Amino acid sequence: MKRANWLKVMVASAAAALVAAAPMPTRAQNPGTILIQNATVMTVTHGNIEHGSILIRDGKIAAVGKDLKVPEGAAVVDATGQYVIPGIIDCHSHIAVDGSVNEGAPAVSSMANINDVLNPDDIDIYRDLAGGVTTANILHGSANPIGGQTIVIKLRWGKPASELPFEGAVPGIKFALGENPKRSNFTVPPGVPARYPATRLGVEEVIRQAFTEAREYKKQWDDYNQRKAAGEPNLIPPRRDEKLEPLVEVMEGKRYVHAHCYRADEIMMLIRVANEFGFKVRTFQHVLEGYKIADEIAASGAGGSTFSDWWAYKMEAFDAIPYNAALMTERGVVVSVNSDDAQEARQLNQEAAKSMKYGGLSANDALKLVTLNPAIQLGIDNRVGSIDVGKDGDLAIYNHDPLSVYAVVQKTLIDGRVYFDRQKDIAQRAELAKEKQALLDKEKKAEEEKKPDEKPEQKPEQKKKRPKDDGADATAVRGAL
Amino acid sequence: MSDRWNRRKISLAAILICCASFVGWTCAARGEGGEPRYFAIKNARIVPVSGAVIENGTVVVAKGLIAAVGANVTIPPEAWVIDGTGLTVYPGLIDAGTNLGLPPEEGGEQAAAAGGRRRAAPAGAIAAGPEDRPGTSPWRVAADELKVDDKRIETWRSAGFTTALTMPDSGIFPGQATVIDLAGERAGDYVVRAMATVPISLKPTDGWFTFPDSLMGTIGYVRQVFDDTRWYTVAGPIYDEHPTTRERVPYDRTDVTLHHALERKEIFLLPGNNSVQILRALRLTSEWKIRGVLYGGQQGYAVTDALAASKIPVLVSLKWPTRPKDADPQGEQTLRELQFRDRAPGTPAALAKAGVKFAFYSDGLADPKEIFKSVKKATDAGLSADAALRAFTVDAADILGLSDRMGSIAPGKIANLVVTDGDVFGEKTKVKDVFVDGKWFEIHEEAPAAKPDEKKSDGDDEAGGAASREIEGVGR
Repeated sequence: MKRANWLKVMVASAAAALVAAAPMPTRAQNPGTILIQNATVMTVTHGNIEHGSILIRDGKIAAVGKDLKVPEGAAVVDATGQYVIPGIIDCHSHIAVDGSVNEGAPAVSSMANINDVLNPDDIDIYRDLAGGVTTANILHGSANPIGGQTIVIKLRWGKPASELPFEGAVPGIKFALGENPKRSNFTVPPGVPARYPATRLGVEEVIRQAFTEAREYKKQWDDYNQRKAAGEPNLIPPRRDEKLEPLVEVMEGKRYVHAHCYRADEIMMLIRVANEFGFKVRTFQHVLEGYKIADEIAASGAGGSTFSDWWAYKMEAFDAIPYNAALMTERGVVVSVNSDDAQEARQLNQEAAKSMKYGGLSANDALKLVTLNPAIQLGIDNRVGSIDVGKDGDLAIYNHDPLSVYAVVQKTLIDGRVYFDRQKDIAQRAELAKEKQALLDKEKKAEEEKKPDEKPEQKPEQKKKRPKDDGADATAVRGAL
Repeated sequence: MSDRWNRRKISLAAILICCASFVGWTCAARGEGGEPRYFAIKNARIVPVSGAVIENGTVVVAKGLIAAVGANVTIPPEAWVIDGTGLTVYPGLIDAGTNLGLPPEEGGEQAAAAGGRRRAAPAGAIAAGPEDRPGTSPWRVAADELKVDDKRIETWRSAGFTTALTMPDSGIFPGQATVIDLAGERAGDYVVRAMATVPISLKPTDGWFTFPDSLMGTIGYVRQVFDDTRWYTVAGPIYDEHPTTRERVPYDRTDVTLHHALERKEIFLLPGNNSVQILRALRLTSEWKIRGVLYGGQQGYAVTDALAASKIPVLVSLKWPTRPKDADPQGEQTLRELQFRDRAPGTPAALAKAGVKFAFYSDGLADPKEIFKSVKKATDAGLSADAALRAFTVDAADILGLSDRMGSIAPGKIANLVVTDGDVFGEKTKVKDVFVDGKWFEIHEEAPAAKPDEKKSDGDDEAGGAASREIEGVGR
């Protein structure tokens, strides 16, 4: 669930202003071979390399280090004085979705799938790119104890929906605990029956009930498959159930649970319910009281994806503290900082940096909050999250240290292609404005031309150009009938 | 005096002969319903669409079908002959998406007034939960609900439309759409194919209160409906064969209806107007293994390759996107919206170039004049007049699976014809005559608004109107 707008009072990022012109998707440069030279390379896994270079070949990082030679035919990016970090990963995003991010009517909406409604034309993709984000975990909203199916995408602006999903990433499902699913901040219009559940107890019961059904469903299929394999004829197969199948996948470890939560008690509840049904929660999202039970979360194997410093915007957020990320990190939880918001996603570098002030994380650990850690949480750290040979060429290049408020993204690359280039963006603004004005003028002109010829249509009905005796003829003939 | 009248002058003698022979002829005709059933349009320019234009030819209509067409065709003695000198004969136009004969449902207006995006489904069809099939009434068939007193039927016919796909509009599976010919005595006479297509809307309900209330929930729901139907297809016969050892398969009329629709390879209409929706619909069509046709299609220009590769045809909405009325004059308009509005009418040309089969539909436009204005925008944007005509005739018939019986002027095809004094899409062209199922309608210059109290003699303003003019040599 997105937070209320009034919460989003935020330092206006340079990136926000940058993309106001809303440029159309442009074909990203052919990857081929790219050498980024003379930058401060913040690898995340093995320190910073001053005056370092990164060689990307066919979309993958081929070499990282000092004094890399320029291979023949390589495009060279001179990044002197600039900083390169792994592309930012937003572990909680609602961008690029057509229609509502909530299927809110049923308490269990797992038949809804974000993958069905990806919208590659959402301008927020481009805006996120301008903030250095290359990968986002696109989540269903938090209206239901068990929400819809979710998907990890790469922000390949200009590509069709089918090319957004992060290849091989384990799909997810959204759960939600607390005030949103029990709808305590929600007035149901008259005549509409209130939805169950209305309490945290009810939220737990709904989840337990759904998994009980899913277990029974799985049993039906196992039984059917067994009997079929044994050669029993004329079996009627069980019905497919789009709601329960994702839950079976959760129990089989084929689908990650990303659970929206705030309070320590509800988090503990979900850990217990998950144990009961033999699955693991992959990430606790928001997890504002995670610092209270960091050991338990760490022991459960779940990650924590939290806000940097938001609190007290509703009852269940009163105990939130900006030290949450640092405290959980200290206790061994894999922690990420997420945006939950298209605007905030453009400054996740700053959100990460806040944990240096609140909790004293090292610069590298702070950077991990938006790179390697969310990659681990999403099970894609073999591909992204750090600048290592063999990983995807997903990078963000800043003009300043990305952990400073002065840092502005210069280029964002995915699979070795440049998907955002600040200089190009600036350069094409005038052209886009011109195109827009031309289209506006054209419409205006067409409307003005249309006005005069609307009048003839309203002319009084014309008399039929027929001879007067026609009627008489007609009568004569009819008379003959 | 119009040229036309001079051209078609009927001498008194001719009328007398006509009357004399008519009496005898009519007696025979009465036995077949009392209307003339044989016609010939001669000396006309004929555009068969399926073949080369015949500059001076004859079309013979017999008992509702086209009996013959060509430059040298023998006119049967019983035919009423129309001199088509200076006129052009086209196949009747097909509007591939309307609600002609299906006036808005009660309750629907209220829901719309209350800000509803979706009209209420008929009583009993709407339910609260995923298991109860919200907005799902595929068993409804437009043919069964046809109101032939819909004034628009005459308006459309007078503009040259002889055929329409008319579809119920409420809910996710609103009901099956029917292909109708725009003339007949009773509703049943209109129906060419009752269960022609199964439209799917993917429109969610409003708010957070009725499942499905999101696009993704709606898609998930439709996926479940197809799962259930397929289950019924498998389970039904097994149970019927083994009722003593297998659990009874429950009756669900959605399952049963869609099972039969899938079995007879009925067309499923899926919405897709912008490029994202179009690509999504293509994917769902293949995932759900249905014989899909897309409707909307206006941003097709951006995805012609994918459409061509899919071989899935498109019904292109002629309600081109416009700046919303009462839009905030200060409101920001995105370049993307502006580009879409500018380029949408170029879609038909782009589809034609890419080899994507498409037809046009009026999509709620209130007047055929609007339809032709929209077509002009498409031809201005590069669509050839020939391709536009195909989209309204042979391609529409083909997409609807009816090319064996309509869409062109050829022997054996339903006698749906439109006779004009110029290019069928010309701004100043007048429709002179329309034949629907071989019934002749003389079109008045300004179709007078039919008032219920205005009696037209013996009410034979269908083919009976024939008697009012320009018959020559009847009963030669």
